Amino acid sequence: MIKVILITGRSLDQGISKEYGKFSKTYMEKVAVCELDAEDIKTLGINPGQNVKVKTKYGEVVVKAVESTQAPHKGIAFIPYGPWASSVMPSTTESTGMPSLKGIEATIEPALGEEILDPKKLIKTIVGREP
Amino acid sequence: MEILIKNGYVYDPINKIDGEKMDIAVKDGKIVESVGSNAKVIDASNMLVMPGGVDIHSHIAGSKVNSGRILRPEDHYKDVEPRTTVTRSGVGYTVPSSYTIGYRYAKLGYTTVIEAASPPLKTRHTHEELNDIPLIDKTCYLVLDNNWIVLDYLSQGEIDKCAAFIAWILKALKGYAIKIVNPGGVELWGWGRNVESLDDQVPPFNITPREIVRGLCKINKILNLPHTIHLHTNNLGKPGNYRTTIETMDAVKDLADGKPNIHVTHVQFCGYGGDTWITLRSGAPEIAKYVNNHPHVTIDLGQVVFGEATTMTGDGPFQFILQSLTGNKWKNADVEAEGSAGIVPYKFKRKNFVNAIQWTIGLELALLIKDPWRVFLTTDHPNAGPFTEYPRVIAWLMSTKAREKTMERINKRAKKRSVLPSVDREYTFYEIAIITRAATAKALNLTNKGHLGVGADADIAIYNINPMEVNPSKEYKKVRKALRRAAYTIKGGEIIVKDGEIVKSFVGETFWVKPTMPEELEKEILREVAEKFKEYYTVSLENYIIGEHELARSRSITVNTSL
Amino acid sequence: MKTISNVVCPFCGSLCDDIEVDVENGQVTKVRRGCAISIAKFTKYGEERIYKPRIDGKEASLEEAIDKAVEILANAKYPILYGWSCTSTEAINVGIEIAELIGGVMDNTASVCHGPTIIGEQDAGISTCTLGQVKHRADLIIYWGCNPAHAHPRHMARYSAASKGKFVKGRNERKVIVVDVRKTRTAKAADIFIQVEPNSDYELLTALRWAVKNGELEQPKIAGIPAEKIEEIADMLISCRFGALFFGLGLTMSAGKARNIEAAVSLVRELNNYTKFVMMPMRGHFNVTGANEVMAWITGYPFAVDFSRGYPFYNPGDTTVVDILTRGDCDAALIVASDPVSGFPTEAVRNLAKIPVITIDPHETPTTMISKVVIPTALVGIEAEGSAYRMDAVPLRLKKLVDPPPNILSDEEVLKMILKKLKERVG
Repeated sequence: MIKVILITGRSLDQGISKEYGKFSKTYMEKVAVCELDAEDIKTLGINPGQNVKVKTKYGEVVVKAVESTQAPHKGIAFIPYGPWASSVMPSTTESTGMPSLKGIEATIEPALGEEILDPKKLIKTIVGREP
Repeated sequence: MEILIKNGYVYDPINKIDGEKMDIAVKDGKIVESVGSNAKVIDASNMLVMPGGVDIHSHIAGSKVNSGRILRPEDHYKDVEPRTTVTRSGVGYTVPSSYTIGYRYAKLGYTTVIEAASPPLKTRHTHEELNDIPLIDKTCYLVLDNNWIVLDYLSQGEIDKCAAFIAWILKALKGYAIKIVNPGGVELWGWGRNVESLDDQVPPFNITPREIVRGLCKINKILNLPHTIHLHTNNLGKPGNYRTTIETMDAVKDLADGKPNIHVTHVQFCGYGGDTWITLRSGAPEIAKYVNNHPHVTIDLGQVVFGEATTMTGDGPFQFILQSLTGNKWKNADVEAEGSAGIVPYKFKRKNFVNAIQWTIGLELALLIKDPWRVFLTTDHPNAGPFTEYPRVIAWLMSTKAREKTMERINKRAKKRSVLPSVDREYTFYEIAIITRAATAKALNLTNKGHLGVGADADIAIYNINPMEVNPSKEYKKVRKALRRAAYTIKGGEIIVKDGEIVKSFVGETFWVKPTMPEELEKEILREVAEKFKEYYTVSLENYIIGEHELARSRSITVNTSL
Repeated sequence: MKTISNVVCPFCGSLCDDIEVDVENGQVTKVRRGCAISIAKFTKYGEERIYKPRIDGKEASLEEAIDKAVEILANAKYPILYGWSCTSTEAINVGIEIAELIGGVMDNTASVCHGPTIIGEQDAGISTCTLGQVKHRADLIIYWGCNPAHAHPRHMARYSAASKGKFVKGRNERKVIVVDVRKTRTAKAADIFIQVEPNSDYELLTALRWAVKNGELEQPKIAGIPAEKIEEIADMLISCRFGALFFGLGLTMSAGKARNIEAAVSLVRELNNYTKFVMMPMRGHFNVTGANEVMAWITGYPFAVDFSRGYPFYNPGDTTVVDILTRGDCDAALIVASDPVSGFPTEAVRNLAKIPVITIDPHETPTTMISKVVIPTALVGIEAEGSAYRMDAVPLRLKKLVDPPPNILSDEEVLKMILKKLKERVG
């Protein structure tokens, strides 16, 4: 397990794959990911492409670890905007309307046997009912 | 629908009617000779009847106004308008929301208002907002003096081509007149600089403010546009700038042919004597003297009403100075190849020396300029105060007592420096009708507006005050009160206000000029403009043009040019 | 086959208007000049489309769906109307009237994007410009907490770092500085990259302002950046002829939020005492700026407008949708052209799923999944025309390139039908 600061944001792949549809395989491949610094991946003892569990005070989610092309940024993890990133975000806005979607404390651990939920399953776990 | 307004005291200066008791007949949106016996009768006995007000200079729509709204939530909190069965909700105060602007003008008895400065690139925005201002008719002036294509043509001496370009742009963007804002200075503001005189060079165009103003004045004549050039001077808001103002007026004197050929706007802001804020005094007497002797000039006041204001102009460098002076929040918004805009919230205080001097300047201009047909009432809304305060200004103009009452409470040093205490002129209702509707309609050449003759648009204001009984000099409070809320406002033959409340709402017209041009010339100009456009703009020429279907109620006015 | 030129791209706030598309048999077949996202937008818009309205997951007629939507909205005590940034200004305009009529809260996606920018601007102002001004004049450009190479792919070539202007001819005549927590693709194209520590932008902005004003810093290191480096940047900022600061959600979403914007505004304001300097938020959705503009001209406020009092009321943190949803205050929702279920924090999503939701959208999304009523619509800018505002508030006209699928109306038309029936019902 490592401690990181979690950032969410846009990525080119997220922008393109969105147009393929939010339930498309492409979208999930490009968005259910966590970009990590190579050193952090090493510390975790996993290989890029394997699953990790991202935990914050507000929730946890399983996504695929990928090696960041924007490194070095040891200690910083990036998940593109989408339902996976949202499931670990706080809802407090500090009187701005804006939840803190960047710069959140998180932990990351290997989740080799665990499944990345597709959007339908993910939403089901959040809302607690069949959509 | 037919309406008969019976027994009102009518003030219709264009038709030389001065408080005559008479009936006005309305049919199908126009003033007519007579109506049938089934006409709705409005009993206007003991009431004042005037044409609907025509505001020649107000900031009501577009990117700059909306930036002011966004910048100032604190302006809106305490002034709210709930939705009614007739009206949409909204907010005030100095920068009201679009529906509220329409309703509040209508309540004042105003029926035509011109947005005073629209940067061409953002004029689609201006029209989208104008579409959402109900009841009143409206249009906008296009800011063209710091436009690179204009500057290119003028600096090359290509007056005819420049005229053709302006004819095209007025038509393409649905504007009404040529607006000039700190010519040359705003282009330099692109580098954080400004001009200081009419003869400063504006690199890289190799042109001076004087040449820009003269060029556009000539073009205005070639195009035979309904309004003159509408000019915000260089050096606005600086002590001593009254000299620049007179010099600017004088710069086009030789181009005039007996009629006005320049309108200098919100002259209060460019009527300062002295050399510093400490030695500041009014420059109004000098300006008034010039205007009295030179029939080619018209002006409007930009009268200060004390209290909250939001300064917003196309004069970026002026707004920068103002933010330095006040420390208030500041918005700047430059527009590529065209100009700039700035916004700074401001509060005019009676006890403040500068603000008190500013207050005296506007009134001095109105009282010292003898011909009311050449001096118009504005507050340069919302720069010197909101338009809703016009009745206060009217009271000051009609009553020395009202002025004295305010003067007792203003900064003493400012009062001492002003000639105002020695001026005893008091406006009559007839003169008020001139400076608020007749003269402005005439200056805009809106032949169907500003009067109540047969064939005119049935835009009428009726105020619940008896001009034969009330003495405005003494009873100025009654005047102020009556003028704040019209007893009736009629727009296009429909009763829209009754007892100061909106009773009907619809969309007014947006009018714009369509100057004629030989087809060949238009093609040639468009070829040249298309080339320049690729270099100067980040949008394509096709997407710059505004379709007539984008206007909620469009009315074009064909203008026969000498192109 | 016909070719349509000067098409405005309905993807990001750059609103590139030089796109050329070929249309054949009612389909866009080729896109020229667009970025990768733009090409995907114009060619993949048919994916995961909704073709029939639904009520409770079952197909319904348009009339039934509208009646149901009207019933839900008319009965709601405190409904929210959210989304709007991916539709036309005209459609948003109708949405505002619906919100006013039913006493709801009208909020747009700026709320979770550049809402803090607006709040910062309301506190301190902003010195800004249209993009062409940067293209012609800026010899120094900063990208702070934004990554245009990914989010606004043609921004740098068309409007900023690498654009060709009248006075500044291209990339080699400009200095480019990137401030970010990661070395993004944008950072790689910069002359100087400043890797700020997460949640430390406020400190860095304030230190920069100090250095601009007073020259030297006392602390050896601020926000992870050596003082000498900050002083060097400050000198660069002062000595440029025209500087432009583009900023993104790196400032609005991290610690400080609106206060970060205020710090940036103050820095830029200070710089205007030495040179010309402007700043501009990198707006995401293609018409989020239009949503702010039209809401401001009709209500006085650019987002988070609460009509429950009968007049517009604005209080971010209170009348913003994430807060309303998190508190669980609203009892119905109308979502237009947006997918809050994907984008909102879980608590807000959980509460949204508890109330009747009406979603108007061309595509299936996680939000349509949880909606009681779904009404499919045409894609504005492809299948319907309308107005949109670029990130610098330049208004443009989106074109209709092809017909929408059969029986599919535009957002504007559907909303007008809802408004008409609501008026009949609630007066």
